[in-house]
Amino acid sequence: MSAPEKGQVMTANRLRDGIAVFLTRAGTWSEKIDEATLALEPQAAAALELRAKEDELATVVTGGYLIDAERRDGRIRASHIRERMRTLGPTVRLDLGKQADGTAGGFAAEGA
Amino acid sequence: MYRYDEFDHQFVRERTAQFRDQAERRLKGELTEDEFRPLRLMNGLYLQLHAYMLRVAIPYGTLSGRQMRQLAMIAERWDRGYGHFTTRQNIQYNWIKLEDTADILAALADVEMHAIQTSGNCIRNVTTDHWAGAAADEIADPRPVAELLRQWSSLHPEFSYLPRKFKIAVTGSENDRAAIQVHDIGLAVKRGPDGGVGFAVYVGGGQGRTPMVAKKIRDYLPEADLLSYCTAILRVYNLEGRRDNKYKARIKILVHEMGTEELTQRVEAEWETLKDSDLRVPDADIKAIYTYFAPPPLKERAEGHGLLAKQRREDAGFAGWVLQNTVAHKHPDYKGVTISLKPIGGIPGDASADQMDLVADLAEKYSADELRVSHEQNLVLPHVALADLKMVYDALADMGLATANAGLITDIIACPGMDYCALATARSIPIAQKISERFGAQARQSEIGELKIKISGCINACGHHHVGHIGILGVDKKGEEIYQVTLGGSADENTSIGEIIGRGFAADEVTDAIETIVDTYLGLRLDPHENFLAAYRRAGAQPFKEALYGSVDKAA
Repeated sequence: MSAPEKGQVMTANRLRDGIAVFLTRAGTWSEKIDEATLALEPQAAAALELRAKEDELATVVTGGYLIDAERRDGRIRASHIRERMRTLGPTVRLDLGKQADGTAGGFAAEGA
Repeated sequence: MYRYDEFDHQFVRERTAQFRDQAERRLKGELTEDEFRPLRLMNGLYLQLHAYMLRVAIPYGTLSGRQMRQLAMIAERWDRGYGHFTTRQNIQYNWIKLEDTADILAALADVEMHAIQTSGNCIRNVTTDHWAGAAADEIADPRPVAELLRQWSSLHPEFSYLPRKFKIAVTGSENDRAAIQVHDIGLAVKRGPDGGVGFAVYVGGGQGRTPMVAKKIRDYLPEADLLSYCTAILRVYNLEGRRDNKYKARIKILVHEMGTEELTQRVEAEWETLKDSDLRVPDADIKAIYTYFAPPPLKERAEGHGLLAKQRREDAGFAGWVLQNTVAHKHPDYKGVTISLKPIGGIPGDASADQMDLVADLAEKYSADELRVSHEQNLVLPHVALADLKMVYDALADMGLATANAGLITDIIACPGMDYCALATARSIPIAQKISERFGAQARQSEIGELKIKISGCINACGHHHVGHIGILGVDKKGEEIYQVTLGGSADENTSIGEIIGRGFAADEVTDAIETIVDTYLGLRLDPHENFLAAYRRAGAQPFKEALYGSVDKAA
């Protein structure tokens, strides 16, 4: 297993339905955190912020912010439990949210 | 029940049309999020962790079958087939789309409902005792008063931008089931020296990060003076309440900083200028509102007494449910029924669309078309004939709604917590589920007796943890969910704020800690009639601290 790459991911909620989304390398927004671009340097993170602001003006998303994350074996893990939950859905209703829609992240809410 | 008049209908429809236009402008980019956010919040639409959440007002927790059926339809058509009943007697939908919201508000308007003033620094939904209009111990039905307050407070121009949100509760009985002493204004209905209806007035209670028990500022206020007196309280608060710090902006802080005596003097002085104004409610208007809440005509159903006795002998499960989930009604041939939304291991307060439909049917068929939502996140059929109880029970049992745990340890209040809420610092629901499973055996629950566990997933205390006999508060400590336990809280007529018992517990330690507390109680109670709260008040925190932490030194 390679050492995890640590960085930041841009997240927001999609304006029309509120679903949590992540900014991809292509500049689009995906429900899957694994498709997000991981900014490894502050400059790259600033570029993601700029892009999110543009998309907020263009009414694609709302409430964008950067989250700490790392890439492990090709998948992206948000550092905080709250953000991991946004990649999954409610832990008390596994039949709902991304975990039920096939767009879940690869890491459980709990644990390291 | 209150029925909308022409003005109400027109107003709610206009408001829906207004929101439709606002949402369309937002989606086209003509409004920025900063411009739109306050507009959507004024219509109850929040942005949460996974999607938008719509909070729908259920004035004083009262619903008809038709309204409940519409709530089910909304859950089915625009959400994911369920809703969550809250401690403010409202319902929340967790998976709402912005683009559907105006249609949902229109569907609500069709059944005289809306989502106005379920957010923002205004006067929120007025709550009451869920046995309103039915309970045997009631002095007077608190709902006419709550309706009067609703009409007065809806879009009140002077009180739409208060320093902070403002919550009012009314209880119609000396046995407070509406938690009035932890509200900004709490009103306890009582009879005056002349035999008329009036209120004891409490001000400055609240939970959140600075929990406080309300202070009584008037022992008796005649009903006709209610609006002028509340206006006086709100005016003093609006003028003197702090706007520099949102954590110190509730009226409880003003009462605390100004002192009860001075605040009372200020309110009384303001009231002097208002009491004879047009805020004095004319008798005819009060009478008109009371007619809306006239008790339903309940037929004599004396055959139920013998029938019920027989049915209880034949079916132990039914007998246990009658014992735990029904209360005495004004009419001896009837009972009030609690429909538990706390199945063992389930999510407190959640109901599926199918369950809501069933409850609507039962209300129409067996409860004079009346339903209530309780602040304890259960539903209530207020007027069920003894002779019909078995049919109601059987229908509920088929849908998983007949858990016989009202007021017991598994009847847990829990906020949505981090599973849904953007403000939460920890999860609440899984903690409730684990405790419910641990204590779920009927015999064990019954042996423990009355015990209220209340769980909040952040300091805002939507789960009322401060007033739980056992309160649990979830906090974030360096990314880990840690749960602080408080003991000795209560929200009845002897309200008290729970005391933190010691260091917090990790998620996988909480249930064991609760079991230790419960076992300690069972070991020290004088007899089974001494409930947890009484035993705690008598014995103090020490035995519980020792059981949890060993020597006291470690408890810091």
